[in-house]
Amino acid sequence: MEQLIEIKNLRVDFTLRSGTVRAVRDISLTINRGERLGIVGESGAGKSVLGFSIINLISKPGKITGGKIIFRGNDISKYSYEQMRKIRGNRIAMIFQDPMMTLNPVLTIGTQMKETILAHMKVSNKEAEKICLEKLRKVYIPSPEKRLSQYPHEFSGGMRQRIVIAISLLTNPNLIIADEPTTALDVTIQAEIMDLLLELCETENMGLILITHDLAVVSEVTQRIAVLYAGKVVELGSSKQIITNPQHPYTQGLIKALPQMAEGAKRLNQIPGMMPSLRDMPDGCPFAPRCAALLERCKHEIPTLKELESGTQVACFMREGVE
Amino acid sequence: MFAFAVKRIFQAMIVMLIIACIGFAIKHNFGDPIRDLVGQRVTPAERAEMREKLGLNDPFMVQYVRFLGDVLHGDLGQSYFFKKPATEVIIKKAPATLELVFCSALIIILLSVPMGIYSAIKPQKWFSRFVMGTSIIGVSMPVFLTAILLIYIFSVELHWLPSYGRGETVQIFGWWDSGMLTIDGLKHLIMPSIALSSIMLPLFIRLIRSEMLEVLESEYVKYAWAKGLKPRRVWMVHAFKNTLLPVITVGGVQLGIMVAFTILTETVFQWQGMGSMFIESVERSDTSLMVAYLVFVGLIFVLVNTAVDIIYGLVNPTIRVAGRK
Repeated sequence: MEQLIEIKNLRVDFTLRSGTVRAVRDISLTINRGERLGIVGESGAGKSVLGFSIINLISKPGKITGGKIIFRGNDISKYSYEQMRKIRGNRIAMIFQDPMMTLNPVLTIGTQMKETILAHMKVSNKEAEKICLEKLRKVYIPSPEKRLSQYPHEFSGGMRQRIVIAISLLTNPNLIIADEPTTALDVTIQAEIMDLLLELCETENMGLILITHDLAVVSEVTQRIAVLYAGKVVELGSSKQIITNPQHPYTQGLIKALPQMAEGAKRLNQIPGMMPSLRDMPDGCPFAPRCAALLERCKHEIPTLKELESGTQVACFMREGVE
Repeated sequence: MFAFAVKRIFQAMIVMLIIACIGFAIKHNFGDPIRDLVGQRVTPAERAEMREKLGLNDPFMVQYVRFLGDVLHGDLGQSYFFKKPATEVIIKKAPATLELVFCSALIIILLSVPMGIYSAIKPQKWFSRFVMGTSIIGVSMPVFLTAILLIYIFSVELHWLPSYGRGETVQIFGWWDSGMLTIDGLKHLIMPSIALSSIMLPLFIRLIRSEMLEVLESEYVKYAWAKGLKPRRVWMVHAFKNTLLPVITVGGVQLGIMVAFTILTETVFQWQGMGSMFIESVERSDTSLMVAYLVFVGLIFVLVNTAVDIIYGLVNPTIRVAGRK
């Protein structure tokens, strides 16, 4: 399969007065054309920073301090501002978490859609409008002609997220980065939006990076999952493998923490402790202080990703011993 | 939108009623009209009769309603000093003040918008730091001091600009004495308008800057960047339009306050406007003229704010819908 994007040893640091926060520490990932990858982890694991670093939109003072991002054969992490601008919203589109906040309240939907097209394509205003209508139909917005002249507050949350998805489709991008696209929505609408995203990625053959903390959601949409912990990938493999046969103690903990309807009302399992501060990491495995299956070497050495027979890659000394 | 405008105008009328009430209360309690009208030789009995005839013994509310009726006809009483209707005196003085306020507002808008935006999007540049630093001095320096400094530098030392008066004026529309149509008149306008704007200008720069900084941090601006828009479009369309909303609200109030601030500026520059007229009328205890000034300035204040509210409604789509329902 053709490779769409390859992230190689990416590092993102936030240099603050109180010290350097290493939000992304040496992450490598690849996504093929049309492939869907889920990035899972708890708050502060570096999921969003990873997503934003791909299009180099990390909030200050965050900076890419190492590694490469190779998109369609070019290292875009070295791109100039203008080169990068032409990639953003054009080849790589983003969907944000809260559709109530992502659309500008004082501009009409039509304006906010058309400006995206006009920023990347040489088309007339009329043609741009035609593209807008076409994409709005794709996300099942009824009577799109009327909708173009309306403002965001005239739409419901679900509708707004559809519009944001329509905006991301405008330029037929190769990759969509969706950062918790359903977290701010009603549960009933969450499934609707996810189905829509899945359907569109399949019909348009778009790559998708789905950032979420909801394992159940990712497993339905993506083919592979990367589990992030404290700025590092601790497990990477096919969605099915990770959900049914998690290898890393952290992933196992996450899956056990999911509510299971079949088992009736029972107290949920939880992983003890908290993620270490990204400012001062423990010497060994970052998960060591919370790990139930702790080995002596976990305290001093950092495990690296090793591939198992099943094809899953996992960063844990426990699994190394098994083989 | 129409219902919204009607509502705003109705509210403005209530505010005017209250202002008129305060004005009338001043008139009612200060001085004695009979003493002003008659000489020493009139007997107390005759005075009491006159009092009755002029309705001065009626209850406060009755007199207030009568006063309101007169105000609606444009009659704000007689100025004792000028021996002319107070309205006439004010109308004669108003153009000078309004032109001064207009020029100051123009200076404020033309300078604060670009400076505020620039210091928000490039906060690290030396120019932004310079603007922020000097604006503190601007805010803390009283208007009369700025005015005196200006006069000292540009009139006394450099002889570039005239230090007092309005200079040559031209009459337009038959009654409006304009100083803005002659070179001499414009020269006279420069320093007073700079002095008047000196307090509001730094305030506006800081207001626009802080609002803009906040908007630039918002999700929709981040999203605009993620869409790959050009920086100009993100700043001017996405960020600035949202910055404008609070600035318009505050701006309306400040513009009204500026009319009141003219009292100081006009006194220092001997500007023959309403402000200096008010000071003189206080010195002469010319109550009718004082009340007329109060009502007139109140009217300007209310008019400006109503206009600002309606403009706000035009910029902010959420308000427009609220009005439609």
